[in-house]
Amino acid sequence: MEGATTGELFWGGIAALVTLAIFSFLYKDNPVFKVVERIWVGVTTGYWTMLLYHTSFTDKVITPIFERGQYFYLFPVILGILMWFRLSKTYGFLARYSLAFYIGISTGIFIPLTIKTAILYQLHGTIRPIEPTWTGLMFALAFIGIICSLSYFFFSKEHKGLLGVSSKIGIYTLMIGFGTGFGLTVMGRVALLGQRVSFLHDYIASLLGALF
Amino acid sequence: MAERKSKAWYDRMLSVDRRWIYLIMGLAVVVPVIWEMYIPVTESSEVRDVYEFSDDVTDGEIVLLAIDYDPSTMAELHPMTEAILRQVWRNGGRVLLSSLSQFGPAMADEILTRIAGEMDVEYGVDYVFLGYKPYPAITILAMGADFRVPFPTDYYGNNVDELPMMEGVHNFDDVEGVIALASGTAADYWITYGNAKYGVPVALGVTGVMASDYYPYLQSGQLFGLIPGIKGAAEYEQMAGIRGEGARGIPYQTTSHAVILFFIVMTNVAFFARRAAQRRR
Repeated sequence: MEGATTGELFWGGIAALVTLAIFSFLYKDNPVFKVVERIWVGVTTGYWTMLLYHTSFTDKVITPIFERGQYFYLFPVILGILMWFRLSKTYGFLARYSLAFYIGISTGIFIPLTIKTAILYQLHGTIRPIEPTWTGLMFALAFIGIICSLSYFFFSKEHKGLLGVSSKIGIYTLMIGFGTGFGLTVMGRVALLGQRVSFLHDYIASLLGALF
Repeated sequence: MAERKSKAWYDRMLSVDRRWIYLIMGLAVVVPVIWEMYIPVTESSEVRDVYEFSDDVTDGEIVLLAIDYDPSTMAELHPMTEAILRQVWRNGGRVLLSSLSQFGPAMADEILTRIAGEMDVEYGVDYVFLGYKPYPAITILAMGADFRVPFPTDYYGNNVDELPMMEGVHNFDDVEGVIALASGTAADYWITYGNAKYGVPVALGVTGVMASDYYPYLQSGQLFGLIPGIKGAAEYEQMAGIRGEGARGIPYQTTSHAVILFFIVMTNVAFFARRAAQRRR
């Protein structure tokens, strides 16, 4: 906020106060926090509603139908209107046509691509020739970790002998994974706090710079 | 008068008021921010792959930068956006931007306007911001056919066909690749619909919370690179020779992690000390 204008300092000041109000919850719940929380919910809801109107309703209904005369856009509009019939006891069944269309299209596109992405490509990435390199060693370790982790969830046989050893390795592999996830989560949460602290620091510096 | 029984050190450690922990964590973050230290970071191959890809986007080539995050995660992802924009524009590359997050466009507009002003690049020639469209899967599928299907106009209301940069640019075949900076499921949509359906090379910049979920896609080759959280942003800045918010974040990450490790170790020591004392009794 170097060389900030009066307007930027004013709005920056509002943001700084709101940030402090949110942080006040760390001490205990209080009315200032509640007010700011509700303002946030209201502002985001209002913003999102208007954004959807301008990016969806205007672009996909008003402009194509009324300005360009592309009347085939009436088909999705009718399907959209039918969705509202769920509120009627008599004509509620009409909403099922829209839902059937939506679910049919979604599953038709989603299922094959998800099988390809989450199963086939992942299998291909996991099972590959082991090369005598550092990367090859990493792949081999990952492969052993996956097999052992899967064996931990095999409950049809008691975890003794070879299965006991592999499930033990599996649980350690899972713990390493959870630990990595926890560490990265801490990093993310600290980054959120740090960014707000940096903002407050920069704002106070620019405010003092403008005043003195 | 009943004599107050003093607590053992391990009992005090295990029942410490959480507000003391908040205060110490707060100090661990505030002091490095005020002090403005710089700590170099170890560079990882997954971030280097994204850096090298962006470095090869030169002489009018186009990279699609997807701003699929909102203000709640800008602390981690905004530094990545800034570093990538500066690097690509510095090399003469061009950037096509889109957003699949409803709260992303205004934030993207702010950073674009600021950096474009500093680097003297021209809207419509060096970069185009297509704006936001809801329903990520449908939007990515439509972008694979033609960017004009979901985005007939850009964020500022200009007809996309009237922008010089968009001449001959129709779909993913006309961009070098996609770098999606995502804080939610948009990352999955880029992998499923962008990469698996259209074969466009995809790299992700994600929050720290999400990072471990996306490493398997790196190993399988579905992603060509990954920038994980603020540490990834700091690595990228270091490679690109930029001193930004990513680098600024590393000192307080270091101190705060040290504080957390201290509490984890101390509470474990206290736990075992109390158990040993209970056994002795």
